[in-house]
Amino acid sequence: MGKTEFFVRRTFQLVVTLWAVATALFMLFRLMPGDPTSYIISPQMTPEVRRRIIDSYGLNDPLWVQYVRYVQNLATFDLGRSFNTNAQVSEVIMTFLPNTLVLMLSAFVIAYIIGITLGVLTGWYRGSRFEKTTVFGALIGRSFPTFWVGIMVVWLFGAQLGLLPLSGMRSMGTNPSGFLDTVLSLDFLYHLIGPASVLAFYYMGYPLLIMRNSMLETLSEDFIEICRAKGLSEGAIMFKHAARNAMLPVLTAAAIAVGYAVGGSVLIETVFGWPGIGREMIRAVLRRDYPVAQGTFLVLALAVVIMNFFADLMYGVLDPRVTYD
Amino acid sequence: MSQKKQSIFAELDEYESDDEFSAWQRNVRLWKETLSEQWGLLTDDGLVVAAMAVLATFASIALFAPYLAPHNPTERLYRNDVLIARWLEPSFLGGEGGYVLGTTAEGYGILSQLIYGARPALIVGIVAAFMTVGIGTMVGLTAGYYGGYVDDFLMRLVDFVYRLPLLPTAHVLVTLLGPGLDSNIFAVVVLQGRTSARVIRSPVFSLRGRSFVKAAKVSGASNWRIISRHIAPNILPMAFLYGAFAIAWAILTEAGVSFLGLGDPESVSWGVMLQNARVYSAMTEGTWWWFMPPGICIALVVISGFLIGRGYEEIVNPELQAGT
Repeated sequence: MGKTEFFVRRTFQLVVTLWAVATALFMLFRLMPGDPTSYIISPQMTPEVRRRIIDSYGLNDPLWVQYVRYVQNLATFDLGRSFNTNAQVSEVIMTFLPNTLVLMLSAFVIAYIIGITLGVLTGWYRGSRFEKTTVFGALIGRSFPTFWVGIMVVWLFGAQLGLLPLSGMRSMGTNPSGFLDTVLSLDFLYHLIGPASVLAFYYMGYPLLIMRNSMLETLSEDFIEICRAKGLSEGAIMFKHAARNAMLPVLTAAAIAVGYAVGGSVLIETVFGWPGIGREMIRAVLRRDYPVAQGTFLVLALAVVIMNFFADLMYGVLDPRVTYD
Repeated sequence: MSQKKQSIFAELDEYESDDEFSAWQRNVRLWKETLSEQWGLLTDDGLVVAAMAVLATFASIALFAPYLAPHNPTERLYRNDVLIARWLEPSFLGGEGGYVLGTTAEGYGILSQLIYGARPALIVGIVAAFMTVGIGTMVGLTAGYYGGYVDDFLMRLVDFVYRLPLLPTAHVLVTLLGPGLDSNIFAVVVLQGRTSARVIRSPVFSLRGRSFVKAAKVSGASNWRIISRHIAPNILPMAFLYGAFAIAWAILTEAGVSFLGLGDPESVSWGVMLQNARVYSAMTEGTWWWFMPPGICIALVVISGFLIGRGYEEIVNPELQAGT
């Protein structure tokens, strides 16, 4: 199987998966208990008005009609309007998604730089006390619930020491003109430190352990012996030769992890009052706002599907030994 | 580890004497041997033993909660016929009322809630672990052993579940099924089973081609017999490994769901305690005795799960063993 065929097949799989996820979502949200209209309809309305509102959202049509319309709309990237605020769902997504991406990606960069470095070192100094404590520490770091670590940070550094803001993405009173203006301010950075470092602390263990295992494998290969025979320094062998070869599993794992992380930071977003997309999804679910819940969930699923797809392709590009069969 | 002292003909001797037993008894004995051998390997590691001790402690706390808890965790403290407006401080900080860890803002005893909170955590952890392992192993065994269309179908299903974002899906599932332990368990089993199914499938796939399986097939063993006698014992450590991890993930997921307020607000669990603490902004009030203990309890149970899992990982993959 050639590269093109592989690509076409994967793209086809991507579309099918997305359709399956969208269908599952449609059914899930229709099965949910609770009446979505109870939030927009006040008891003072006459039954006539009430019926017209429900009609206007198309909630009286048979389920399959709703489904066909849903798929049609999805195909044209029309995610509908919020039951609550009547805002376009795509607008809601565009408001909240960048906030999550900024938070998550900055945490990711920190976590992977530190995690990979520690992974290289633990792999190299296998059996040392340093290795044992670091691996054990990584395990412990992943065992504390992230949101609890967040609570501790808010309490200790926010409330007790007053070093960090208690919640939110920017201070009261600042009125940035747009997303870029918000993100590029010092105030934003100040708010970012807390949630980003808690997330980074949580993400760190994964690249560390993968990198360590991959290093152990690479270090047993012949070319390392050759490097030694050439008289290269420890540092050169470790970082230039071994680490670069051991990097591949970490990179693909990172691509997949980024996909999951978009939806995975919901707990941290809640603790730090960060207006992210995961938090918005939970709020939409709680108020039975189907279109927003569906739309935001689809974005989170899309992130996972696309990053998996990307990781698949990356293998072929980065490792010429990979054959497509 | 007694079987190691037996002669090299032990297998043969046993086999002959086994003819008197029913096939069922022999099955049980062989399984026992496999398990006790792995138990021996596992308890060699001090950390694993410590982790087991921690789990056992929490299990007894959960079991004897009514005798250990000084107050009823769902009973509010009333004073002067009105609900207390503020919490009571822990007795070691000079708080009144004899509450060891004080009370929540709603007047519940924190220590009692903590003790009772061990129950849902362990129930979710253990039930979810067993179900994850059971379902994951069965799917993995079936897909790996039969191959072909069965494999294709099951693995596409697993692939689909793999494409779901973990936490958001768990949250939506729990909201959909209604708050409660069962919906938490269901969500964890669906989402964690995917890993164990996929991971167990590949060794089964390679075991299928090994000569001892072929020999069994030639001598007329049924599929079920080959799977249960020849293949399953080989993937057992791997199944346990994912079981131990599932305990950890289940407890973390349950805590997260409760913390977001999607759980049953009336129930007593560590996640609900943390959610209440956040709702009453205990962080800014500095009442650390309210939100610190539940997190530490969750972490202790989760670390134990991870450590036991790691112990099994070293059995599965001896290369991982630290140090030489």
